[in-house]
Amino acid sequence: MSENLLAVSDLGVDGITEVMGVTDSFVEVSERAVPKVPALRARTIASLFFEESTRTRLSFEAAAKRLSADTMNFAVAASSVKKGESVRDTVQTIEAMGVDALIVRHSSAGVPHQIASWVDASVINAGDGWHEHPTQALLDCYTIRAHHPSHSLDGLRIAIVGDIKHSRVARSDIWAFTMLGAEVTLVSPPTLLPPNLDGWPVTVSSDFDATLAKSDVVYLLRMQAERQTEALLPSLREYTARYGLTRSRADLLGDDALVMHPGPLNRGVEIAADVADLPCSLITRQVANGVAVRMAVLFLLLGSTPRG
Amino acid sequence: MTGDDIRRALTRIAHEVVERNQGLDDVVVVGLQTGGVNLANRLVQALSQVESTEVPVGTLDVAFYRDDIGLRPVMPEAVTDISFDLTAKVVVLVDDVLFTGRTVRAALDALNDYGRPRAVQLAVMVDRGHRELPIRPDYVGKNLPTRRDEVVDVRDDGVDLGVMVPTSGRRG
Repeated sequence: MSENLLAVSDLGVDGITEVMGVTDSFVEVSERAVPKVPALRARTIASLFFEESTRTRLSFEAAAKRLSADTMNFAVAASSVKKGESVRDTVQTIEAMGVDALIVRHSSAGVPHQIASWVDASVINAGDGWHEHPTQALLDCYTIRAHHPSHSLDGLRIAIVGDIKHSRVARSDIWAFTMLGAEVTLVSPPTLLPPNLDGWPVTVSSDFDATLAKSDVVYLLRMQAERQTEALLPSLREYTARYGLTRSRADLLGDDALVMHPGPLNRGVEIAADVADLPCSLITRQVANGVAVRMAVLFLLLGSTPRG
Repeated sequence: MTGDDIRRALTRIAHEVVERNQGLDDVVVVGLQTGGVNLANRLVQALSQVESTEVPVGTLDVAFYRDDIGLRPVMPEAVTDISFDLTAKVVVLVDDVLFTGRTVRAALDALNDYGRPRAVQLAVMVDRGHRELPIRPDYVGKNLPTRRDEVVDVRDDGVDLGVMVPTSGRRG
């Protein structure tokens, strides 16, 4: 692994496979009575979340602590950014305190890349705008590999459903899933597709029912109210009627089909409340595996290569 | 050492384990990844021939407990597999080669995270010297004086000495 994790495509198939292998070891660690190892003692990991998050921030924090690293949290609302400090000054101030890795989330695409060019610490992209969310893609790949009977993504048919346009999860997942050999179909209202899909290794469908019946994995995206600045949908009820995984639609799922969602759930919008709790739903497994995957990423960035 | 020598050494070590622990009550065997895993399985077989009991066997990867993380590339070799509680057990830790003792130190730390053993004993096929920590084996296949830059390779069909290639150096 190189010194940063900015985009899932930087990893390549070998990089993803390496993360999966190390994740297996950290899943074992996470299941022990003492779910903690001393691997990153005396390393400091700072989270810089310029945009709100619950699960990603807590997941990285749990991962860092289970590796015995020290953690620093930067919440933009309570910081000098509010006094007008620039992003560059902020990260350089934090780096001067001695950090080995920065976990960055920002509402603008490319900010983690920009920060990586300013600092020597490793930079991990925890979501930048509509662009990428690489650790989410890694934990999704790991979860499918661990829970699908074939223990591989090769040849699986994966449907990604919902607001593709505004979704960094969809972008990272598409690259990761297809690199590992899966066939990806996007199911979305035309207004919520990116304007240009040239070069994307996907097929597009607007018929959810037909796609559902032949999918091995149904990946539902969150309807992102905070990114909906224009009227792209007539109403959420209409969206649910055509693209929501309702109880009756869930009956169309194949026997081994899996349901995934990156969270947080809008129960009753993209997924019916009771469908989210079906045995084929991996939503809580995704969260659990997320900690182990992020331990693997942190260990590979900070522990498996000599200190600079 | 030939393959026969290794087999005889394992049989002898099995008898020593039984003698030292007055039987095999509470004895479990844990092989260190990767060189100790095969030897641990063979030791368990040898033990079953001495006492006709089935001794639990597990494997341990110590990558996350090493003291050289950040100094050289460290990667787990395999997933640890210890499916039994170690608390109050006598753990016989098995490795192929004992060198600096640093792997064993890491293993002792790791074992504590799986329970609190009553005792830990160390079995190695080859003790090649050059210890850097106060660690000694309880059961030894063979004491083999070596130079620091030599490589000791333990396989089923015997033990080889070679010259260390700098990037793929063994760790003791």
